[in-house]
Amino acid sequence: MHIFDILGPIMIGPSSSHTAGVVRIGNVARRILGGTPSHALIQFHGSLAKTYWGHGSDKAIVAGLMGYLPDDMRIRDSLKLAKQNEFSYDIETVEFADGHPNTVILHLSCKESTNAFTLQAASVGGGNILVQKLNDIDVFFTGYYDTLIISHQDMPGAVSLVANVLAVEKINIAEMKLYRSKKGGTAIMVIEVDGHMEKRVVSALSSLPLIEKVTLLSGMSS
Amino acid sequence: MIMYNSLQAIIEQAEKENVAISAIILRQTVTDTERSEEDIINQMARNLSVMKEAVAEGCKEGLKSISGLTGDWAFKVKSRFEAKQGFCGIFVGEVIYNALAVMHVNACMGRVVAAPTAGSCGILPGCLIALQNHHKLTDRQLIDGLLNASAIGMVIAKNATLSGAEGACQAECGSGAAMAASAITEIMGGTPSMCGIAAAQSLKGLMGLVCDPVAGLVEEPCIIRNATSAMVALCSAEMALSGIPSLIPVDEVIKAMDVVGKQLPVSLRETAEGGIAASPTGIKLAAGLQNNNRPSE
Repeated sequence: MHIFDILGPIMIGPSSSHTAGVVRIGNVARRILGGTPSHALIQFHGSLAKTYWGHGSDKAIVAGLMGYLPDDMRIRDSLKLAKQNEFSYDIETVEFADGHPNTVILHLSCKESTNAFTLQAASVGGGNILVQKLNDIDVFFTGYYDTLIISHQDMPGAVSLVANVLAVEKINIAEMKLYRSKKGGTAIMVIEVDGHMEKRVVSALSSLPLIEKVTLLSGMSS
Repeated sequence: MIMYNSLQAIIEQAEKENVAISAIILRQTVTDTERSEEDIINQMARNLSVMKEAVAEGCKEGLKSISGLTGDWAFKVKSRFEAKQGFCGIFVGEVIYNALAVMHVNACMGRVVAAPTAGSCGILPGCLIALQNHHKLTDRQLIDGLLNASAIGMVIAKNATLSGAEGACQAECGSGAAMAASAITEIMGGTPSMCGIAAAQSLKGLMGLVCDPVAGLVEEPCIIRNATSAMVALCSAEMALSGIPSLIPVDEVIKAMDVVGKQLPVSLRETAEGGIAASPTGIKLAAGLQNNNRPSE
């Protein structure tokens, strides 16, 4: 935490948790998808389900999926802009047990790819978020640091291959976690690093064996 | 090395070196973020310009919040003072309408700086921008005020909370007022000790303030509460600059605010289930704004 977490963020109102944080959830989902979705099913749970309209959370999530940042004035008009950009969406309210009061679930599809993609995240206050699920795999990362999300085959050696590239690039790992739905299937490695990571690291990692997809999320602190 | 565990420690450091709190915080932020002093100042200048834009935008006539509940409140107060009908004095009047203006921009999905939160984003710009107009201050002086204010916010965040869901409105508007009071005190020539006292007085003045937003929206009572909290900040700074002490040290006041927040029932902490949110009219307004019963786009 530093002083610009206290005086900041610069954001479109009215609520850091119901608006700014929701934009960031959309930003993260878009980055993982690799572009604006052609269709999004947006599900709001808890307080967001009850008050999303009055807080502009619907505009916020659509804006985030279109790549607008939390301080972008276009957030106010994002629903109209989505129509112009042939991005269609449906909004539902849902209720499930043990969900954080400000949970968003996104079911995204993209014209270029047949892979539908689901993300669950919570807006936890002050514009901060917590990504909780990627497809059916439970994960846990905040996007505060530069974060690598690496899908890979769940086989021996994957971690050391990745760690080796990071060591050569002199990147210090702040936190690293492994998640999988079943043994031998697709697993996800989430690596949060100190400082700023260059894009060339992503290409170096992408060319490794066992690695299926590498996404770099620039941290909120950078 | 400043750890933000105690405001008194920061005050003592500043007084030992005979510099302002803002100078200590600037130096510490350079160390913490590995960025240059110029870079930090520029980012704070960007915050200040967003604050000024929000004040100007929010004073205009004809803006309506997305819920349709609120609009033109800053414009009404400003018009009254421009017609020389306000009884408070123009500086106080300007603080009132500035604070309302920024909160109104927030409610209209305009651009603001969380200070420390979106729900309390009107207090600090409300006070400082009026102060600049009436005392011919430079932007650099205001930036020092913002650095000073962020020190107060950091200590509160670390030792208590800034979140309405955890600490109620005393943690949002209370902290915003404490930050503004301390910033004003430094800008107007007060000592670091006086800054701490001003912050303590504001936290005491607003201690126990509940968070009871009608329909859960950042409008009623949040908008007017930023203006009333700004009055607490002015009063606290004026008392501190006069030499009135805080009989309870500021760090103890911060801890007490945290304890009070925990003692408040959940219904009074941003759940819209207590206070004016639970009043008959509050419930009626909320029912009219259900997602399936809203005005069309």
